[in-house]
Amino acid sequence: MSTIVEERPREPVAVRREGSPWTGLWAVFQKELADHLTSVRMQILEGLMLLTAVGTVFAATQSIRQEIGEDPFVFLKLFTTAREPLPSFVGFLSFLVPLVAIALGFDAINGEHARRTLSRVLAQPIYRDALLLGKFLAGLATIGIVLLGLWLVTTGMGLFILGVPPGGEEVARGLLFLLATLAYAGVWLALSMLFSTIFRQPATSALTAIALWLLFAVFWDILAALVAQAIVAQQVGNPLTELVQARIQLSLSRVSPNTLYGEVVLALLNPQVRALGPVLLTQLEGAVLGTPLPLSQSLLLVWPQIVALTAGTILLFCAAYVTFQRQEVRA
Amino acid sequence: MTVAIETYGLTKHYGKTVAVEDLNLVVEHGEIFGLLGPNGSGKTTTILMLLGLTDPTAGSARVLGFDPTRSPLQVKRRVGYLPDSVGFYDELTAWENLRYTARLNGLEPREARERIDEVLHRMGLADVADQKVGTFSRGMRQRLGLAEVLLKRPQVAILDEPTLGLDPEAAHEFLDLIRGLRAEGMAVLLASHLLHQVQVVCDRVGLFHKGRMVLVGRVDELSERVLGGAYRIRVESRGVDLRSALLDLPEVVRVYPDGEGTFTVEARTDLRPEIARRVVARGELLGLGLERPGLDEVYARYFQEVGRGEGT
Repeated sequence: MSTIVEERPREPVAVRREGSPWTGLWAVFQKELADHLTSVRMQILEGLMLLTAVGTVFAATQSIRQEIGEDPFVFLKLFTTAREPLPSFVGFLSFLVPLVAIALGFDAINGEHARRTLSRVLAQPIYRDALLLGKFLAGLATIGIVLLGLWLVTTGMGLFILGVPPGGEEVARGLLFLLATLAYAGVWLALSMLFSTIFRQPATSALTAIALWLLFAVFWDILAALVAQAIVAQQVGNPLTELVQARIQLSLSRVSPNTLYGEVVLALLNPQVRALGPVLLTQLEGAVLGTPLPLSQSLLLVWPQIVALTAGTILLFCAAYVTFQRQEVRA
Repeated sequence: MTVAIETYGLTKHYGKTVAVEDLNLVVEHGEIFGLLGPNGSGKTTTILMLLGLTDPTAGSARVLGFDPTRSPLQVKRRVGYLPDSVGFYDELTAWENLRYTARLNGLEPREARERIDEVLHRMGLADVADQKVGTFSRGMRQRLGLAEVLLKRPQVAILDEPTLGLDPEAAHEFLDLIRGLRAEGMAVLLASHLLHQVQVVCDRVGLFHKGRMVLVGRVDELSERVLGGAYRIRVESRGVDLRSALLDLPEVVRVYPDGEGTFTVEARTDLRPEIARRVVARGELLGLGLERPGLDEVYARYFQEVGRGEGT
């Protein structure tokens, strides 16, 4: 980070700015967090998320009730079981979390421009770093609070209806799942903040972010399949081409944060999952199918995905940071 | 008096457009300096460079001894800035808006509370402290902006178009508040395109034109220099050709007709008694009055002459 924090030298002699870039970070964070938690926008989204969470988990408990005692990870099933016509809790989350993140970030910078508060705030003894990072962290904290609340509510419901306490590993997997969701939200928050620095109109940045969200949520898998078919023509009777095609499609679809998040959730909440992507029969030799993996192995399985989500967040935030630093303050 | 703001050849280019060119400026403590000129003449860019919010292309500045490019935090801790058409968070109250500023300045909560109450009271906003800023009028916002400037107890106040959009009475009140700052020893840099409105409070002014500060000095000095005469006398008479009547007076700079039987005389000294005597000797004197030329006129005349000079 430190290499970016420094100003670009404009003269042969590098001009370093003095004072900590973190000055005022806490003040910005506090103010933005309070804004988010009291804003009508956020309250509507929280209500929506709470309703869907309660609805999906309740539906899930109805299906799970019959099989209590058969599954050692019944609590995780709360989140992953879908019952027609409702999708599962995680299905809803992967759909709604980007929306919430976009709602929190799309007017971060251009909103300040529009309200003509930017020059006034930047005339206070803080650097731009503190403003952008404070806003980002406040958005992330807001999402974290909402997710933690949802998780507690659903777990409480599960306790109440199923009458079984969650085991230690289930709680650990649940918390890791929350962290992964936070990383997933971070990608979308950083993206919408990037758009809020690039576009002057909040409406433009909101629509662009939502368009990208639709692309990844709905069309990306279809596109990945089409492109994979175009690259490798399937030959009848040659299973190798099929394998290559599947691998290309998987790599392409992993560009989408939605795919990455889906895989993380799949492996974390279903201990039986032992591989993501195509598996050859030879690789399954000696495997005891259907037995759950220990937590550490599940985590190992999705580690690349978690790293990718975190890296995506950092990259997008850096892009927003550089754009913001180079921007003129005046409108 | 000590120097608060100094610039040396400060220059800012945006691509090929020149925003500010070779600005050399000195503002001292306890003085109100007017940065005057039409829109887009480089006033706001100058201010942003002084605050370290934009980097100069060339040259440098010193604000209270600090370089705004290198130590912007030190500068911004000591300088209050009221931006052009200042904005606040409409959904927060006046008090909450100021609390945010206080926190950004790192004030202790108790200290902040005291200062906020004090500045709101001083700006006459104590009664509306708990109202949402969304309900405020333009004049109230402007006063809240000045309250915010005072909150950090600055040594320098930079005010960009402080009277823009205010009705004459509110503008007058606001200028009075600004005068109060000078009395406390603050250096005030005031940028405006409303020359006639702010000339009354400025100790010295700098006139901007296309990014260059073309004239600097006291208002009366400037009018002396540009208009030639610091005194303009309006004479209303009947049956007198004033031009021939005043021809031999060396103090007279110009005489020009200003309507039916009315002339304006520009002179270096107050010639009213002499003019009165001469008019009465030749005809009837209907009226005689002294006019102080405004900066608007100085500006217009200067660029008229510059334009003519460029044309020939």
